[in-house]
Amino acid sequence: MNDIAVKVENLGKKYVIGHQSRSDTARFNEYLSSVGRSIIRRLKNPLNPYDVSLELEDFWAVRNVSFELKKGDRLGIIGHNGSGKSTTLKMLSRITTPTEGRITMAGRLASLLEVGTGFHPELTGRENIYLNGSILGMTRSEIRAKFDEIVDFSGVEKFLDTPVKRYSSGMYVRLAFAVAAHLNPEILVVDEVLSVGDAEFQKKCIGKMQDISSDNGKTVLFVSHNMNAILSLCSKGIVLDRGQVLYYGDIREAVKRYIESRRKSPNASLENRPKPDWVDGRVRFTKCAMKNSGGTEVYSVSVGETAIFECEADCMEEMNGEVLIIIDIYNSCNCHVAALNTRNLGYVSHLRKGKNIIRFTVPKIPFYPDQFSLDLYAEYYGSAMDFAKDALSFQTNPGAFHSSGRINEPYRSIFAVDYSVSTE
Amino acid sequence: MKPEDKILVIEANRTGLLYLRDFWNYRELFFTLAWRDIVVRYKQTIVGILWTILRPLATMIVFTVVFGKIAKLPSDAGVPYVLMVFGGMLPWQFISSTITTGSDALVGNHALISKVYFPRMIIPTARIIMALVELLINAVLFGILFAFYRYVPSWHIVFLPLFLFLAVLLALGVTYFISSLNVKYRDFQYVVPFIVQFGLYISPIGFSSSVVPEKWRLIYALNPVVGIVDGIRWCLFNSPLLPETVISAAVISVLFFLFGIWFFRKLESEFADFI
Repeated sequence: MNDIAVKVENLGKKYVIGHQSRSDTARFNEYLSSVGRSIIRRLKNPLNPYDVSLELEDFWAVRNVSFELKKGDRLGIIGHNGSGKSTTLKMLSRITTPTEGRITMAGRLASLLEVGTGFHPELTGRENIYLNGSILGMTRSEIRAKFDEIVDFSGVEKFLDTPVKRYSSGMYVRLAFAVAAHLNPEILVVDEVLSVGDAEFQKKCIGKMQDISSDNGKTVLFVSHNMNAILSLCSKGIVLDRGQVLYYGDIREAVKRYIESRRKSPNASLENRPKPDWVDGRVRFTKCAMKNSGGTEVYSVSVGETAIFECEADCMEEMNGEVLIIIDIYNSCNCHVAALNTRNLGYVSHLRKGKNIIRFTVPKIPFYPDQFSLDLYAEYYGSAMDFAKDALSFQTNPGAFHSSGRINEPYRSIFAVDYSVSTE
Repeated sequence: MKPEDKILVIEANRTGLLYLRDFWNYRELFFTLAWRDIVVRYKQTIVGILWTILRPLATMIVFTVVFGKIAKLPSDAGVPYVLMVFGGMLPWQFISSTITTGSDALVGNHALISKVYFPRMIIPTARIIMALVELLINAVLFGILFAFYRYVPSWHIVFLPLFLFLAVLLALGVTYFISSLNVKYRDFQYVVPFIVQFGLYISPIGFSSSVVPEKWRLIYALNPVVGIVDGIRWCLFNSPLLPETVISAAVISVLFFLFGIWFFRKLESEFADFI
């Protein structure tokens, strides 16, 4: 146990959830009788916290999760919403108790489950630094010693004696993160903090966290949907899926597994997908990938970076003339945000028999941070040849679209647009 | 202690001894939360801390007029009615304000409970500091009243801390019980004002216990506030004090305190899931 910082063995958390029993309540009289039934059940069982018309069921939010971290390890915890990431962190930070299993930790653990925890809107910035610091486990003397550093890092010194309810959301987050970043725990748990603040501040935060973990041999557990942040910060990764461990090991592999699991059809199986019945199948997409300007395959790009969408297509016969290939891009709200096609550019593609590679290069990706999925479509003189739904998923991260390096925050719009301003 | 020495094991069931140690480790947070509650309470108020005095003062005047002047209830021998009412008001104010502010303490701090670990008992317990500060301020006012009426308290006053201690136990016990129940069933936030209002009339606050008929005394003494208030009046004014009421108050307060802790601990592990 000498150099082990965190050891998690067969961790599990069970919740009891209620769901509506299978009765058709569409008709009014049936609805009335079901209400009557539930009143009777309520009378029989007055202290049941659930709506008694619900049937109870055990639900394991997390089960059989095990991992071991040495001092100074940085673990990225990755998974879809509801995969058990937060529950795992909550058990680690002792907010909920595990139903089964065991956690052993050496040293103090501090969690940044949400920055600004315990901030009171009525209190001033100064008062909140003390309050928040002691909630996160610092002693008063520790806070006093670091007070100036915290204020410097947050950059809100002018407003220290203003109640934080008058702060802008950016100032609020900066102050909150500043307090949390100056905690001195042996084990640091960070959840989603980087989804707030502007790009510049996020960079500062990532830098700070790298400092925290590398300089002092601190152990960090990091949860984020931002794969770039995870890749740059973590050495190990664990992928959770429906409460179970899908993969545990090297972070690059973990990110890859996660991105692949996001697709309805994983990378390789573009070839094995069923052919839609409305296409003739003379062309078949076999692969789709996103690459950066250097030609390496990536799963995320920053706003303003170059992205190359590369698809591989198998052709049954040689085709001359106008082959139309379309890439449709949808964002996480399933809004059709862009269509790249060969026709608009006046490009006439000649596909040869066998394997072809078609490349679409977007020099400056204009999408604000989000998740995207992409459909492929091929057509030859009006007849559809192939269609691949969700051929690729990717995400965009905060980045420098404009030369100033600043982008709108929060991301109220979908696109970053190139423009100039002049005044007269 | 080096951090390497602090090995923490988290398992499904934890013992009470560890909890006690945790509570001690988090004592700074306890005082910080108490400080926050007091500061926040009087932010954006004009008269601020004066509210603490105004409430018991107003109640005292009303009770003195209604019970002493209109209903013409007798005071304890030789004690100005105003002082007797105030002697009952102080412990009652202390108990009721602990219960009122303490019982919604957990729900009011849900953001903390669902985000950070610390012994949850700190939150409702910290609220008693606020009530203690109120009590202290009112005690000063009480002293001024004593001087105004040129009344010298009896030597029994040395026993005062004992009865205040019983009041603390009772208030904490009830607070633990209601605040933890409130997490799961919000009904209890409606019960508290009712208890407080009801308690004011079934306890000897506006009147002296001597007006209660003999045959009802035992049932009456089942209310632990009776023993506490009578005890405090005995300390200050040498009012008559029945041993049964003191014993009943002591036993019930201690039992309530222990039950409150036990109940709170039982529900505590589920707080974050229900809140």
